[in-house]
Amino acid sequence: MWPIFDYGRFVSIISSSDVYGVVWMRSLAQLHKMANLRVLVGVKRVIDYAVKIRVKPDNSGVVTDGVKHSMNPFCEIAMEEAVRLKEKKLAKEIIAVSCGPAQAQETIRTALAMGADRGIHVEVTGKSIDGDNNQTGQMTAALLDWPQATFASEVTKENDHLKVVREIDGGLETVKVTLPAVITADLRLNEPRYATLPNIMKAKKKKIAKHKAADFGVDLTPTLEVVGVEDPPVRQAGQKVESTEELVAKLKDSGVV
Amino acid sequence: MLSTGKLRPTLGLVRRPWCASAAGIHSSGRRLHNPDEVDLFDFRYTTPFVKNLFVGKFIREQVFPFPRLNQQDYDQLQQMVDPVERFFKDDVDSAQIDTDAKIPAETLQGLKDLGLFGMQVPLEYGGLGLSNTEYARLGEITAIDGAIAVTLAAHQAIGLKGIMIAGNAEQKAKYLPKLATGEHVAAFALTEPSSGSDAASIQTRATLSDSGKHFLLNGGKIWISNGGIADVFTVFAKTEVVDSKSGEVKDKVTAFIVERSFGGITSGKPEDKLGIRGSNTCTVHFEDTPVPIENVLGEVGGGFKVAMNILNGGRFSMGSSGAGIVKKLIEQTAEHATTRTQFDRKLMEFPIIQEKFAEMALRAYAMESMAYLTAGIMDRWPGGSPDCSVEAAMVKVYSSESVWSSVSEALQVLGGLGYMKEYPYERYLRDARILMIFEGTNEILRMYIALVGMKFAGDILKEKLKELKRGNIGVILQTVRQRWGSGFGMGPSHGFVSEDRFIGDGFKAHPSLTAGAKLLEENVNNLGTMTETLLARHGKGIVEEQLVLKRVADITINMYAMTAVVSRASKAVVMGLPNYDHEVLMANTFCQKTYNENMQMFHDLGGENTDAAVQKIGKDILKTGNYIAAHPLDRTHDFDNIDVVPPQR
Repeated sequence: MWPIFDYGRFVSIISSSDVYGVVWMRSLAQLHKMANLRVLVGVKRVIDYAVKIRVKPDNSGVVTDGVKHSMNPFCEIAMEEAVRLKEKKLAKEIIAVSCGPAQAQETIRTALAMGADRGIHVEVTGKSIDGDNNQTGQMTAALLDWPQATFASEVTKENDHLKVVREIDGGLETVKVTLPAVITADLRLNEPRYATLPNIMKAKKKKIAKHKAADFGVDLTPTLEVVGVEDPPVRQAGQKVESTEELVAKLKDSGVV
Repeated sequence: MLSTGKLRPTLGLVRRPWCASAAGIHSSGRRLHNPDEVDLFDFRYTTPFVKNLFVGKFIREQVFPFPRLNQQDYDQLQQMVDPVERFFKDDVDSAQIDTDAKIPAETLQGLKDLGLFGMQVPLEYGGLGLSNTEYARLGEITAIDGAIAVTLAAHQAIGLKGIMIAGNAEQKAKYLPKLATGEHVAAFALTEPSSGSDAASIQTRATLSDSGKHFLLNGGKIWISNGGIADVFTVFAKTEVVDSKSGEVKDKVTAFIVERSFGGITSGKPEDKLGIRGSNTCTVHFEDTPVPIENVLGEVGGGFKVAMNILNGGRFSMGSSGAGIVKKLIEQTAEHATTRTQFDRKLMEFPIIQEKFAEMALRAYAMESMAYLTAGIMDRWPGGSPDCSVEAAMVKVYSSESVWSSVSEALQVLGGLGYMKEYPYERYLRDARILMIFEGTNEILRMYIALVGMKFAGDILKEKLKELKRGNIGVILQTVRQRWGSGFGMGPSHGFVSEDRFIGDGFKAHPSLTAGAKLLEENVNNLGTMTETLLARHGKGIVEEQLVLKRVADITINMYAMTAVVSRASKAVVMGLPNYDHEVLMANTFCQKTYNENMQMFHDLGGENTDAAVQKIGKDILKTGNYIAAHPLDRTHDFDNIDVVPPQR
């Protein structure tokens, strides 16, 4: 039976340096390693999600001139998660990176206002919008040979790795990734904060390093050519049926069954 | 209220020739290379723009080119616009705020977190240190919800403004930081039951205690915005002041910083208002509230001036807030006009509907041009702090009335739907009504505009008269030329339309604005002559001729609007902004319409008008206390017996 409160023994356990000391120091090392984490967040300048997209008359792409652009909402979610990691003292530095035209700097500034410490802008000419390709995170992990956890809807630290809950078609999948790793954000990961006006002003002092793709020896010759862009077909009106028999009859008529 | 500070009338002939300054030459002989460079000792900068119109002088260097931000400030401003717009779109439920007559705590906190409670508080006190231009831009967005706009304005445009402009270093350091973050909310306590427009007649008293260490405040204020939620009040009260010269004891207004925590302060229950229902408005009573003497704002007895400076400083932003509301309404209403079909046509195809949209757009264009022109003059004035109270008053009068008429027209486009509470139009209308009443009623501001202008003109004309009497040839020639010139409709050329396609020195309008600019020029000449005529006719008695002053005010407000519109359209052309040809069309059309209005008013001022008759009718009705005319059906008893000869067929 343990005494309810034996100060004497309690104090001696705390102060004994052997067992406790080793565990304590190991935890410190782990904490130290976590706190040394640097987070690189990719942010992309895309057409604002609320804008009605219009296809150019020559079907070569969508209209981007004079159209409102902002940070991709998923990039905002990623930035928010990075800032939360830093607030929990799990990350030391957040770097926002964007590959794009000169205006991409506005997006990096927004990231700085949300809490990134510095930015990197790689100047890349040419038009680009969010193509919904779902490949950047995966390609990055492959090139770096790092583990990846995509469609993250929850990220928690556990000792020296991250536990990530992923949203997949069948439901939720939980994976463990060792660090360093690549994570991509999904909609329900968090609710991004507004870049407050005082933070926007403070962001002015933060640095954005400018580079060109050639600086990294990267060849940008496209290997893909967009042949055409079209509006999705106009949705056909549905039909209401009164009974199962009618439904089967209609399906048979249209040759589906 | 009628004095404007520095009034140094100059004649222009005493210094170097007009043409040299017009060509952009510094007093040292150096050429001015860009229009943003100004000569600090140039006589043209003794007083901002509008007052000079009263003497027929159009100082183009003050209004051309249209003020602009440098690229860095512009980018940063655009960055700030985004989160504020998103907040108002996603997290502000204006309909709920109106129904509950309350702004939810989370919304208020969101506004504070965004930094919107300290927009113009200097950076060193934790604010954003925004210039007037940047503040006006954000005002366009906050205006989407009238209650929030008024809460923010009551807190910073007037509530804490006193500390910013008249406070000493200790007061600023003590109060501004918490006010900037919104931890403390501020309010402006001037109005009393018997003192609204007549602010100098307030009766709240502050008596110095026996110890001499604090004042005891006693009295009641009404209709104080944020009165129920404020922690810091700027209170105006009468104090006894001993006149240093005569030794006489007088009652003069003093401004105080009063904390709710001082004690003795009670706020009444929130008033049930027609509009801006989410804004807290209530009575505030002070009973023996002790205010330390360190909390006197400015000088003891100098409170009236503090009040006027505070109120004058914030008015111009009503132009941009108003434009923000009208532009949003145009978008919402256009959707209806482009989809609604009647008589087999869309509403947008009917000219009457097209006119309504044009009218709304023209007014919004003029409002925002005036607001940003005024903000720009204030922000870029060499040496800072110009007296733009007349310009600001003009913006306020024009904007408040334009918003009211535009909202009403937008509601009209929707017809019956516009009248239903389901749609926001009725709320916008109710919220807009207060604009013509608070921050100085439009009636008072019209008198202020006209009288300040006339006084300025009067002082200069007095100087001129002296010179004439002394036989100064230069002045005589100039006067004759002016009179002769305007008599024939060719006033002295102000030369503010560039002769060549390339803008020479940037201080002129682009040639595509010639139509509008010429009309403006004509009106400037007309005004110069008219002012002299009116002063000669009425002399000092002009103070009582309110119907005359009202017309003068309206004319000059119109002229300022024309100036702003021409300057802004010029900038659009020169910069090659998208849709600049639409802007040129708007500017020239606006000038033509406004010129027509002005000419009618000049006509009324110059000759026959119905003023005397109108005043008599009004006086008779007020004496009787009701409508005087007999009822249309009234008759007398003997009428049937009177011989009435029918017309011969």
